[in-house]
Amino acid sequence: MTPDMMIAAVLILPLLIAAGIAATGWLPNLREGVTFVGAGLLFAIVIMLSLQVAAGGRPELYIGEAAPGLEFAFKLEPLGALFALVASGLWIVNSLYSVGYMRGNRERNQTRFYICFAFAILGAMGVAMSANLFTLFVFYEVLTLSTYPLVAHKGDAAAQRGGRIYLLTLLGTSIGLFLPAVMWTWVLAGHNLDFVQGGLLAHAHVSPAVASALLILFAFGIGKAALMPVHFWLPNAMVAPTPVSALLHAVAVVKAGVFTIMKVSIFIFGPDLLDATPGREFVMWVACFTMIVGSLIALTKDNLKARLAYSTIAQLSYIVAGAMLANSSGFLGGSLQIAAHAAGKMTLFMCAGAIYVATGATNISDMKGLGRKMPLVFIAFLIGSLSIIGIPPLAGAWPKYELMQGAIDRGNAYLPIVLIVSSLLNIAYLLPIPFLALMPPPGTKEPKPFKRPDGAPMPTVLAPLITALLCLILFFAVGPVSDFLAPSMGDRAAAVAAGGLP
Amino acid sequence: MLEFLLERANYWAVIVLMMIGLYITFASQNLIKRMVGLGLFQTTICFFYVTLGKVAGGTAPILFGPDAPEHHAPAGEAAGDAHAALDTVLTAGGEAHGRYAELVHTYSNPLPHVLMLTAIVVGVATLSVGLALVVRIREAYGTIESDEIRGIDLETALAQHAEEEKAASEAAA
Amino acid sequence: MIEALYTAAPAWAIQHAAPLLVMVPLFLAPMLALVPSGRIAWLISIIGTTISFLFALILLYLVQTSPVGVVDYEIGRWPVPIGIEYRVDALNAMILLVVTSIGLLASVFSWPTVAAEIRKEKRPFFYSAFMVCFAGLNGVTITGDAFNLFVFLEISSISTYVLVSLGAGRDRRALPAAFNYLIMGTIGASFYIIGIGFLYAATGTLNMGDIASKLPELAGNRSVLAGFAFILVGLGLKAAMWPLHQWLPDAYSYSPSFVTMFLSATATKVALYALIRFLFTVFQPQFAFEQTAFGMLLMPLGIAAMVVCSFQAVFQTDVRRTLAYSSVAQVGYMILGVSLGTTAGLSAGLFHLLNHAMMKGALFMAVAGVVLSYQGTTIRDFAGLGRSAPWTMTAFAIAALSLIGVPLTAGFQSKLQLGFALFDQGLWWAVALVVFSSFLAVIYMGRILEAVFFKPPLNPRKARKEAPVILLVPLWILALANIYFGIAAKFPLDLARSAAAAAFGGEAFLK
Repeated sequence: MTPDMMIAAVLILPLLIAAGIAATGWLPNLREGVTFVGAGLLFAIVIMLSLQVAAGGRPELYIGEAAPGLEFAFKLEPLGALFALVASGLWIVNSLYSVGYMRGNRERNQTRFYICFAFAILGAMGVAMSANLFTLFVFYEVLTLSTYPLVAHKGDAAAQRGGRIYLLTLLGTSIGLFLPAVMWTWVLAGHNLDFVQGGLLAHAHVSPAVASALLILFAFGIGKAALMPVHFWLPNAMVAPTPVSALLHAVAVVKAGVFTIMKVSIFIFGPDLLDATPGREFVMWVACFTMIVGSLIALTKDNLKARLAYSTIAQLSYIVAGAMLANSSGFLGGSLQIAAHAAGKMTLFMCAGAIYVATGATNISDMKGLGRKMPLVFIAFLIGSLSIIGIPPLAGAWPKYELMQGAIDRGNAYLPIVLIVSSLLNIAYLLPIPFLALMPPPGTKEPKPFKRPDGAPMPTVLAPLITALLCLILFFAVGPVSDFLAPSMGDRAAAVAAGGLP
Repeated sequence: MLEFLLERANYWAVIVLMMIGLYITFASQNLIKRMVGLGLFQTTICFFYVTLGKVAGGTAPILFGPDAPEHHAPAGEAAGDAHAALDTVLTAGGEAHGRYAELVHTYSNPLPHVLMLTAIVVGVATLSVGLALVVRIREAYGTIESDEIRGIDLETALAQHAEEEKAASEAAA
Repeated sequence: MIEALYTAAPAWAIQHAAPLLVMVPLFLAPMLALVPSGRIAWLISIIGTTISFLFALILLYLVQTSPVGVVDYEIGRWPVPIGIEYRVDALNAMILLVVTSIGLLASVFSWPTVAAEIRKEKRPFFYSAFMVCFAGLNGVTITGDAFNLFVFLEISSISTYVLVSLGAGRDRRALPAAFNYLIMGTIGASFYIIGIGFLYAATGTLNMGDIASKLPELAGNRSVLAGFAFILVGLGLKAAMWPLHQWLPDAYSYSPSFVTMFLSATATKVALYALIRFLFTVFQPQFAFEQTAFGMLLMPLGIAAMVVCSFQAVFQTDVRRTLAYSSVAQVGYMILGVSLGTTAGLSAGLFHLLNHAMMKGALFMAVAGVVLSYQGTTIRDFAGLGRSAPWTMTAFAIAALSLIGVPLTAGFQSKLQLGFALFDQGLWWAVALVVFSSFLAVIYMGRILEAVFFKPPLNPRKARKEAPVILLVPLWILALANIYFGIAAKFPLDLARSAAAAAFGGEAFLK
């Protein structure tokens, strides 16, 4: 298959999967089979594409002009390939998990659920592979709209309210801030929106004031990156079933947001222009603020999913901070965090879901001593927590290292301190959970008995273990991953060494 | 000052009449009176155009005496000939108004009269539709005062709303 | 495809396409009043609108292939300043296409709604009035004579008053609504004709091209300025430009569903076309925008329409009223584009005109389907319809997303173009307001969509069914057009751009 056919396949496959799910809706096992086969196929094609990217190729696909100067075009470069790999690979794990969770919890409307998942993956793939800001914006919105039914899935008043806040916040930021930023970029760049190595606006003679305003519009307009104060859609989206939260917080939505910020920073602004933009400092402060405050709020939450939501908000700001460092170490740190956080947070969420299915418990205070009955789940939780905290040999260690390196390179004094404080807070709000579960202090009450006779369904235990293992693997794979990402990271030497600019 | 008024007497008359017509339309509650105001407004427009067409010292625009065309052949070919003759005269271009410059008498401009014939027809049609609507409104509401009609609509809406509330609470109960 | 039609058409059709487009429906109208059965009247109206649609396609082809880009037709072979001419250039060819295609789609879907809402003996008259309105709107678009425009404007308006009042079968509030519309519409047309009187007094001619050529010498003439003001107020009232829009919400809410659908997609658009024609071709841009700084007046009006009417739409409980206020807001977008006075702005406004006809046409058609089976049009009545009338409501949802401006729909493309045109002029605050009103659109359309898809029906025992196929087919044509032109916007955007270029080409107006 030629590269453009592969890209077209990546886009069409989720649609076919959605159709297949709709057609086999009344035969649950067949329907689940469609999802798995399709997801596996998707992952395989994405791997093939990534191998081509690793070899220096840049597969592209040009679909057509929506309007003069606005094209639907796709071009895969290392950062996008990384996101696509994360999204399509973790979809398989998430589907495995969903099967166990949805059946274990006897959720209704499962067909609609899986169809929306397929569309959400389509949105994520489109975002990952887009060659210009217009295509990215279109698929970004597809992602918002396709995940709304997932958030409001339960259909009760709380779910509807959460769904409404979710949709209004995301649509509001993207229509209100992101879209004007796109339009402004178009005008500044001379009627062009392509992603260009070195930055589209690098030669457009934008004044620092204009660049700052544009950067701030992008930073808050890309609401999926959950910078404060446009972050509150995330905790409100916790009303969704846990597979959705795992998807939102690891695979598709939030990563699409921070990925977009990275793409805008590297390929629209470019490291040089970004360096010269005073607004960059402001966005960096907002990111650091979000890191600290998000972690502090997480400390106060007893509901496990809420705590994990605020933890995600804090962790996402690492990526934004990395982008705002505007040097290759910062970019690399942010990109590695995309993968590391995905694996780690997904583990945590899936464990939370497994606990809920087995016991009905959602609050941490009810989980003391539960580890005796569900050891595997809590061990996976422990590994995920350690990865988030950033302790070697788990994946989360490398992003922190690269970010600190980038901060030192730039002469930024406060980011390393903020990172260290954030890690300490991570320890404070994450580690007690598995420790209290596995090794409760003497005299704790017995935890509630299992709601379900067999405890958590097997897929819901297996899936987090897989992702926990992934956290470990990613630590050791950092070398190849960094080399893979190097051409996109704005490092001139690396770009030249990789065989010419894309 | 007096000259200023008298020279533009027709325009002053037009302004006054139009404003009276508009005022009647907006201010009265009775629907027939509003139609009257509208009719006054539209008729004043006719007045405006007709006074525009008047040429000082001009008479009714019918060619007579030495200006009348020479041939008086029956219709048919003459019509075609006249058309062709007029065509050549008009499209012969060159200096202004060819034949017009040869006319002995002064005539007023006939075009505004023609336009206003059309406008009068339009006005009549509007008036008849309006009056038909007034008849129907009287049948449906029993009144032709617009404030009373609004009052009736408001009451109906409130009653409907109350009924809906009752039905909703019964359905929920 | 249009070429195939052109080669297949007989010579007389091509030569006389312009007047025939208007005359065929106009002659069919009195015949329809004599027809005994409503169904036959319906079929004849489909034939009439189809013929006009074919003529509009022929004219579009002629305009696109002609070396000067203009089709001139002199009525009765009277030469131009003396006689009335029908003049088609890229601008009105586009509007003709919109009006005739919407007329065709509307007549096709009309039968179930007319059968349900209009009394049996009135149905032939209803179709007769519709044909008159259709002919009138086409006449306004196609004529090149200023007074002829008034005549056709009134022809279409009077028949519109009649059509609106026929909604009294369902809701007697249609009658005062029609009456108020009559009063305001007649005042508007009268203002227009006063303006024409001033122009005639100053230039001595009624042909639009001739006036355009004579106006530059009369710069600063007070008659011309007065005429300009009167014409713009008159046409603005017909186009529902804020604050002259008060007649629209009542008229759209209480008239029969078919009428609302047809009017929302065509009537205000045609008046807006007339406004654009006068602004750009007759009073050239340097007069309209530079000397009188009219852009400074139009822009705040457009923005006020967008913001104020979107706010008003948020507070409505009746779906048709919400859509009516939304229409006024959308006209505000178009006026904002026009007020920029640049080709980019005008083409953005015209592009939005095209897309809005598609969006509102689909929305009101879907509402007509709901009214058919359920009769109520408040948001409460719409609850739960997503389940019982999925086809209708999915098309409604597509059109609603297009109205909001979600990517992959036509509405998104026109908002983008408008944003680009505004940014080009450096008007970032206008962009902020456009974005704000889009956000309001999310709220008012989102409420309806939420009720439709996520709330349980109010009275589960009341029967609810899907709209008939004959309504669904045109509805889905429009809904799919929204998506298709949202992805491949080249055809409508090209139409809009050449229309904008034609509007600016004043010198080429005269033969």
